Amino acid sequence: MADTCLSFENLTLGYNSHPAVHHLNGSVRKGSLMAVVGANGSGKSTLLKGIVGVLKPMSGRISITPGTRIAYLPQQSEIDRSFPARVVDLVALGLWPKRGLLGRISAEDRRRLSEALMAVGLGGFEGRPIDTLSGGQMQRALFARVLLQDADLILLDEPFNAIDAKTVRDLLEVVRRWHGEGRTVMVVAHDLEMVRENFPDSLLLARRAVAWGPTSTALHPQQLLAARRFDEAWHEDAPWCGDEHEHKHEHKHPHAHDHAQHSHNHA
Amino acid sequence: MYDLIFAPFIEFGFMQRALAGSLLLSISACPVGVFLMLRRMSLTGDAVAHGILPGAAVGYLLFGLDLVPMTIGGLIAGLVVALGAGAVSRLTLQKEDASLAAFYLISLALGVLVVSLRGSSVDLMHVLFGTVLALDNAALTLIGSIAIITLVGLTIFWRGLVAECLDPLFLRSVSRLGTPVHFVFLALTVLNLVAGFQALGTLLSVGLMMLPAAAARFWVNRVETMCLLAVLFGAVSCVIGLLVSYHAALPSGPSIILAAGAIYLTSVLVGTRGLVRTRLATRRHRTA
Repeated sequence: MADTCLSFENLTLGYNSHPAVHHLNGSVRKGSLMAVVGANGSGKSTLLKGIVGVLKPMSGRISITPGTRIAYLPQQSEIDRSFPARVVDLVALGLWPKRGLLGRISAEDRRRLSEALMAVGLGGFEGRPIDTLSGGQMQRALFARVLLQDADLILLDEPFNAIDAKTVRDLLEVVRRWHGEGRTVMVVAHDLEMVRENFPDSLLLARRAVAWGPTSTALHPQQLLAARRFDEAWHEDAPWCGDEHEHKHEHKHPHAHDHAQHSHNHA
Repeated sequence: MYDLIFAPFIEFGFMQRALAGSLLLSISACPVGVFLMLRRMSLTGDAVAHGILPGAAVGYLLFGLDLVPMTIGGLIAGLVVALGAGAVSRLTLQKEDASLAAFYLISLALGVLVVSLRGSSVDLMHVLFGTVLALDNAALTLIGSIAIITLVGLTIFWRGLVAECLDPLFLRSVSRLGTPVHFVFLALTVLNLVAGFQALGTLLSVGLMMLPAAAARFWVNRVETMCLLAVLFGAVSCVIGLLVSYHAALPSGPSIILAAGAIYLTSVLVGTRGLVRTRLATRRHRTA
């Protein structure tokens, strides 16, 4: 499909043979602004890791439209705050997709960098050492880095945690700007009010996709109730899920009835 | 003054060689030390240095006290230890400190075993502690080549190294270079330790790598300046160490490392980010 950014085909992601995302099907429309919602342990971060490619699928497939540039802001970044770097050094990492290991940073790049800092409200912070930034300032800097990455598909994992209201407003403004520019944005979020106000589409996860579609229907109280019944724990004695052969004949699949949105397609 | 500082280097060829070799080592090893420190791998150098021993010992066992086979042996052993430990930590859940400890202990035990098969304890002392005053042309060429390889490698991979230190997960999300960069860096570490072992011995060569870097951390807050300052500290240590060794008839390796140690301790105390300045920091502060 021409306007699909990425699609999941019977996707299972997980750790140690336990699924964290179970038999996910569906596709994300190009240019959509989508919230990924669900309880802790429901597979939201795992899904993003799978899309970026830092976690390989246990089965099934993630298809990303060729040529899609991805930017990923993880929930727990591995940034070494004690590293002797300035804000500008951290944000300049966002030039990597364009400049790589050896490409020269041009005057144009520098101009874009300071524009990105201005856009997130960090104008004048260029020379600040990163170990002096507050949590909110750090998050703004990381958004500036995503801005600089100029990606088609932007994945943000709980970007608004422990961030004050004003910073959230500013950062949401940046997200809306990306949406306006036709970029595809997926944001893991917990604040349902915020999701309802700002995100046209939602995916409600509880290991499987409980609901996926326009936010008003996907986050309908009934769906939320269904998601809440999900059992977060792994069971060592859980039966093995059917093998690949069975997936092709979904009527035989023991979990098939769970997949409310099994063949849900956004387009 | 002349007699004290310049005469030894002007009058004696072996002092000139020692100075050239140790300065080349400083230029090459100190920036590597800065990155080791920033990646919290300061003890990695030490572990790898221990790991080099069996390779050097096998070279010695087969060919006697000859630089080339001992260097090649040390290089192979060091690479096996560093890359093996790196591979275990990248491919399994074990962290690098544990895998490195395992690899270097195996290697060290092998090394002591090999040395004991033939060598006397004097030979072991030579491998362990080296002597910068006996650098011949072959050794100088080796150190020079390794210095060039290191500087070229650091220049090419600089951005990747910084990214891999600063935000490894980000680098993984935009590029596949993270793991190669890590292994290139480990290889450079091994190369520099091997370059140092003829001059300073396997155990002390890591001193010229780490002490100036650790000292520089107390003065500056940029990677670039930290590398330059570390090189400067390293070079000064070499000059002071060689002079002390010459005038007081002390072994050269430990003298150089102790000079670097003195710079380190001074930096801990009086560096701009050191103990005294941060404790006595003015209570005056700005309004914003």
